[in-house]
Amino acid sequence: MFLEINNVSKTFSTEEKQFTVFSDIQLTIKENQFVSILGPSGCGKSTLLSMVAGLEAATTGNITLQGKEIKEPGPDRGMVFQQPALFPWLNVRDNITFPLKGKIPQEEANKRADHFLKMVQLSRFKENYIFELSGGMQQRVAIARALAMDPKILLMDEPFGALDEQTRHIMHDELMKIWQETQKTILFVTHSIHEAIKLSDRIVVMGTRPGRVIADISVEIPRPRKRDDLKAIELENDIMRLLEGEINKVLKEELANEVEHSH
Amino acid sequence: MKWNIVIKRVLFLLVILAIWQIIFSMEVFPAVTFPSPVKVFTALYEGFASGDFVFALLASFKHLFSGMSLAILFGTIIGVILGKSKQADETAGMYLIALQSIPSIVWVPLAIMLFGFTEFSVVFVIVLGGTFVMAMNVRSAIRNVPPQMVRAARTMGTKGFALFYRVEVPASIPYFMSGLRLAWAFSWRALMAGELLSNGPGLGYTLSYAQDYARMDQVIGIIIIIGVIGALVDHFVFSKMEKTVMKRWGLL
Repeated sequence: MFLEINNVSKTFSTEEKQFTVFSDIQLTIKENQFVSILGPSGCGKSTLLSMVAGLEAATTGNITLQGKEIKEPGPDRGMVFQQPALFPWLNVRDNITFPLKGKIPQEEANKRADHFLKMVQLSRFKENYIFELSGGMQQRVAIARALAMDPKILLMDEPFGALDEQTRHIMHDELMKIWQETQKTILFVTHSIHEAIKLSDRIVVMGTRPGRVIADISVEIPRPRKRDDLKAIELENDIMRLLEGEINKVLKEELANEVEHSH
Repeated sequence: MKWNIVIKRVLFLLVILAIWQIIFSMEVFPAVTFPSPVKVFTALYEGFASGDFVFALLASFKHLFSGMSLAILFGTIIGVILGKSKQADETAGMYLIALQSIPSIVWVPLAIMLFGFTEFSVVFVIVLGGTFVMAMNVRSAIRNVPPQMVRAARTMGTKGFALFYRVEVPASIPYFMSGLRLAWAFSWRALMAGELLSNGPGLGYTLSYAQDYARMDQVIGIIIIIGVIGALVDHFVFSKMEKTVMKRWGLL
């Protein structure tokens, strides 16, 4: 298997108590697939993605990419965060060549940057600085930067969560085009059911308290997917029902805390 | 700048000058301690025409340049160490705040006892006046590097010293700029404190010299020079640099 997540759990310990984010997550992901991890806030989906990136260590279990255990971050895994996290002191092109510095000749790096800038339709802005770009444009630069490293897998942590609705739709279409063009494996974290259905080959649904996989769904709807596709609506309702209980759990817990504090 | 702002400022200045002239004409205070605006501006003109003020200013800027360069250097080193190492910060952070709160004039007797009435004493006072505020700001600069930038850099395989100089250093430039601006303000004050009690040359020395000869017109003239230079350098050098950086870094 391409990416294997083997019985992974994550526990945060403070002096007073231990908090288990999730335990025994078991997932295998095929190459070239677009897989979404969908779940309510607090289910640990972002933490799981950070582990694949190598930014956080698993408490137990391990993660392997093409048989090699992941121990630290590396350029074989490109990550796009909810905040673009670009470098404001560099122009757009230099942001994209940042991870290539010292690895390949400058000229080749620039050529590669131009290639991916064209892919995300920002060729005209390569000399611009980050503050001159809109949120959607910044996120496109972040995607180009991750792709320019030529990673084996692209990790995306709610990359369009901070964008407005219309921009998000445009970004969905562009991401689909990029995915089809580059054939990258994409692991995409989101809390939007609609987004997951629109984009993914496969949706891993996570529940909360404790975090765990509650469903693993193959999406067989032909692309491009429309919002009013009957199958899509049906699937959306199914997942909604699955998650309803989970969301209520979180709400109840928060309310209980509230009551506890007001006494 | 908009014209109406310029007009407001000029009018305000004219009103102040008019009040000054009226009080002078009413002869409330003896002319020795309360010179007229004209007398002060004549003293200023003569000071510059004879070259005395120019010479004093050049000497002052020489002290300032040496002192500030060292303050920036030492401040940056201390700040980076405290910003990067929790151990160092827990050990020495509090003392830095204490040192920073000491007014620079307090260092003058110490400097004179150590180095006598020399120009080196003046530079020494400037270094002490500027270093700690610079260190405080560099420390916050390093602390305030956005964590998502560091995380992003790490996912691109950047680590160790490369992570420091390719990401953390440039990311901390906005606070570093604020540090420079404050280091300038503190150094400028320290410079005057040091020079007032020195044996010259320098603007502060010229000021105490004018006091010795009871030249109130020169005293006020020099105070005006000190204020004007302080404002001009802040406005045209440091504020401008800070704003440019803040804008580029998307913080404005």
